[in-house]
Amino acid sequence: MVKHEEKVMTPRPMMNQDTVEYWEKLQETKQLHLQRCQHCKTYSHPPRPTCYKCRSFDMEWVPSSGKGVIHSYVVYHRSVHPGFKTPYEVILVELEEGVRLVSNMVDCEPDEVYIGMPVEVVVDQAFEDVAMPRFKRQNI
Amino acid sequence: MGTVRDKTAIVGIGATEFSQNCGRSELRMALEAILDAVEDAGLKVEDIDGMINYTLDTADQIEIVRSLGIPNLSFFSKVPYGGGASCGTIAHAVAAVESGMANYVVCVRSIRDASGPVTYGDFEPTRVSGDTYMGMYHPYGLLTPVSWVAMFAQRYKHEYGIKDGDLGWISLVNRENANRNPKAIFHNRTLSMEEYMNSPINVEPLRRHDCCLSTDGAVAIIVTSAERAKHLKQRPAYISGVIQGMSTNGEVMTSYAREDITVLHETEAYGKKLFEMADMTPKDIDVAQFYDAFSPLVPMQLEALGFVGKGEGVPYCEGGTRIRLDGELPINTSGGLMSEGYLHGMNLISEGVRQIRGTSTSQVKDAEISLVTGGLGVPSSGLILKRR
Ligand SMILES: [Zn+2]
Repeated sequence: MVKHEEKVMTPRPMMNQDTVEYWEKLQETKQLHLQRCQHCKTYSHPPRPTCYKCRSFDMEWVPSSGKGVIHSYVVYHRSVHPGFKTPYEVILVELEEGVRLVSNMVDCEPDEVYIGMPVEVVVDQAFEDVAMPRFKRQNI
Repeated sequence: MGTVRDKTAIVGIGATEFSQNCGRSELRMALEAILDAVEDAGLKVEDIDGMINYTLDTADQIEIVRSLGIPNLSFFSKVPYGGGASCGTIAHAVAAVESGMANYVVCVRSIRDASGPVTYGDFEPTRVSGDTYMGMYHPYGLLTPVSWVAMFAQRYKHEYGIKDGDLGWISLVNRENANRNPKAIFHNRTLSMEEYMNSPINVEPLRRHDCCLSTDGAVAIIVTSAERAKHLKQRPAYISGVIQGMSTNGEVMTSYAREDITVLHETEAYGKKLFEMADMTPKDIDVAQFYDAFSPLVPMQLEALGFVGKGEGVPYCEGGTRIRLDGELPINTSGGLMSEGYLHGMNLISEGVRQIRGTSTSQVKDAEISLVTGGLGVPSSGLILKRR
């Protein structure tokens, strides 16, 4: 069991040429953007060079509503990294656009999370130069 | 399809002991396992002319060839995607033998997952994820294989109303089999449902006893043609079907973009081809070694391979009656990855062969057809062995 240490940084998002725009858009606009095919309007996430439906290379970045529901989740009880304090939840959000994002909740305890829970995005400035999309309960 | 059916066979199986601290290198263990397999087959080291291992192996083929004084290899390859490689190594071997590129191919995996610096079940905090998708998940704390599978399992439990404890039967049956297998790491440790239910939650919804067991060890397997197999020491385990499978829109263990994440798409895809190749259906299988890195993967495989319908995998395993040694589909008769040891799936192939030979410590009476599966949630592979 790994002990939690306040000073230990959690891993930074890893980027490459195909995904860097996703992070840059978020940092610059403070709004979640998703990759969409200009031809058939299929959304893709994680980002990639082509539309997997029609194989077009013409992909664009469009703002997301940021709203969705929790499709699945896990709760870490056994710690493997000193930067994360257990128990903590990792959620899989299905956004209105149809794509899914792995993330965390910012406003509830792990045992309050459930499948089908309506959530909306929060842009969390996790690092000085990189913001991360996280989620809160949707006020409905 | 069908052209390779029963034209090759597994003729040698070898292994080191399975332990939690082997005290020697992965290269050394690979050598020991290969020599054991050569001896088992009644071959000479000089006969080996093909070699396949995992891309994850640190025991390099060039070092193995040098260390054993193997004169020439005319075929060598490595299979990627972790445990998905297991039966894939046999697929490559069959391709090599059937095409005439090699005559005696050794498939080997050597792993120090228990005593190595970082086990597959843990995460090295200083590590920078080289994989783009994982690089998108690690920052949220989704770090380890158990959590990647738990994400599928949580949704699966939700959709089919599976309750806490329902997955325990897989762990229990594995353990019963391991208790009969002196080589299993958990040979001397029984497991009751009460102990299962009291075991700590690792990553919800999975408990410690839903997970496989970090292990040190090596396994080697030798493939040759059916014709050559007839003249060797052991009863051949004929390869009726062997195949790899990679499905669209996947990732390595985190294929969460697919519409239905309660289905093992790779397994479903290769399963159809595998049974077609062997000219069989799930009903023909006498005994199965399902890749059981985590317990929910067993019922999900039963569904993906067509043994049962969608959502019927967990009820099928309930009480353990059907999957025990005397049941309609005995599974993981050596104890599997959860109780014999996590040899990344290669030990499941050895056990599939022992069932065909009639030498398992949990021998299924008159077993003639033996199924083995590769790692799940990754590009995977499957194998059907036959006695004749
Ligand atoms: Zn398109």
